[in-house]
Amino acid sequence: MVNYSEAVVATGLVIRRGRVEVLHGIDVHVPSGQIVGLLGPSGSGKTTLMRTIVGAQRITAGEVRVLGRPAGERSLRSAVGYMSQSPAIYDDLTVEQNLDYFRRVLRAPRADVARVIQEVGLGEVATRMVANLSGGQRSRVSLGIALLGTPRLLVLDEPTVGLDPALRQELWELFRRLADSGATLLVSSHVMDEARRCDRLLLVRDGRIVADDTPSGLLTATGATDHDDAFLRIIAHETEAAA
Amino acid sequence: MSPRLTLATAGRILTQVRHDPRTIVLLLVVPALLVGLIAWIFDDTPVFDEVGPAMLGLFPFIVMFLVTSITTLRERRSGTLERLLALPLGKGDLIGGYALAFGLLATLQALVAVAWAVWVCGLSVEGEVWLLVVVAVVNGLLGTMLGLLASAFAANEFQVVQFMPLVVAPQVLLGGIFLARDEMPDVLHAISDWLPLSYSVDALSLVSSESDATGDVLLDLLVVGVFALGALVLAALTLRRRTR
Repeated sequence: MVNYSEAVVATGLVIRRGRVEVLHGIDVHVPSGQIVGLLGPSGSGKTTLMRTIVGAQRITAGEVRVLGRPAGERSLRSAVGYMSQSPAIYDDLTVEQNLDYFRRVLRAPRADVARVIQEVGLGEVATRMVANLSGGQRSRVSLGIALLGTPRLLVLDEPTVGLDPALRQELWELFRRLADSGATLLVSSHVMDEARRCDRLLLVRDGRIVADDTPSGLLTATGATDHDDAFLRIIAHETEAAA
Repeated sequence: MSPRLTLATAGRILTQVRHDPRTIVLLLVVPALLVGLIAWIFDDTPVFDEVGPAMLGLFPFIVMFLVTSITTLRERRSGTLERLLALPLGKGDLIGGYALAFGLLATLQALVAVAWAVWVCGLSVEGEVWLLVVVAVVNGLLGTMLGLLASAFAANEFQVVQFMPLVVAPQVLLGGIFLARDEMPDVLHAISDWLPLSYSVDALSLVSSESDATGDVLLDLLVVGVFALGALVLAALTLRRRTR
């Protein structure tokens, strides 16, 4: 029986890019309707895992099912919203024009453009050319595109990087509202401080999942006081076990 | 492929171009300026009537090759291509959108250049003037398709600009502009049979020198069209939804 309470299920996932094996046969579970944080140092395989889930990366071995269907399947293309790490937007279009083009591609309602602009707080620059925006504004345009069409699964690669604390707070409140309305969010970050805002955490290191727990569960299990510390303890434990 | 998405994509590309008025002016004016220069240089000689028509085919080919290869390279590098391919957009919609948008620009460019060459520079045309425009547009489309293809093999803007002499120069040299193709060494003649620009040059000189060669011109155009279609199919193959 298909378990619909899992938005993403990966089993024995191996990804090889060229000669380098990036993910070494990992199992991933992302429960529906939750915010799952994907944490780990840069180069640990977070982006590769996300690109695999959205169907942009060829799978070497193993299986990835997204919303009950194989990752990358045609019917998933409008059900999954993806924001890549560097803003994938057109510099020579205005914010509105960017959103409107992607809205047409998604066949989302026209009203989505205004809704998304308001959600990511770009109302004041909606008619400005993207090339003239700040880094944080550009990344919010990219986030806005991922929100078009109200996807059931949002895969966001470092959506809050380079944003000031007030904006970060606002975006996390938005993520919470989206989860409350039934969407599932997989959000990567290397800021451990954001861990406590998630429902569940996946810790990735060197292409392996080293922890899969709730934020408080992780602290209890490691006896750490914050998530930075918890992560360090897990790594130390791993290294010990390997030795 | 859906007409709605193809049109949306063409509209998006044209909006991007519209935000760059200098490019539009260059696109429309430069070919006419160069044609005018050639007419001036060869004033009092029959040379302009011989090479002028070929120039009208050459400029849209070169300009559209450059514009498309750089635009699509930017699309690949900025991540928008990956984003689009993860969305419900067909590869045909993307390529069709480019063909439509740049085809329109090529048409405008051809209208300006042909009008200037015929009515201002006094290029003598025995055949139908509109056929000159059609050949120029088809050449622009060929440049667009080859540009799409070339962008897949370039890692950056420097490389893609280097593709221009590689793709364009041999075709110009062997296309029959400098020397009639049947007067070339046999090997070069045989190679020129496989280059699309040879057929464009042939079509353009037919239009300008003969009054009732429309059938032959259309046949030449068909060959150029087949080359453009071949480049389109190859370009589509380079668009991968999943990277290895």
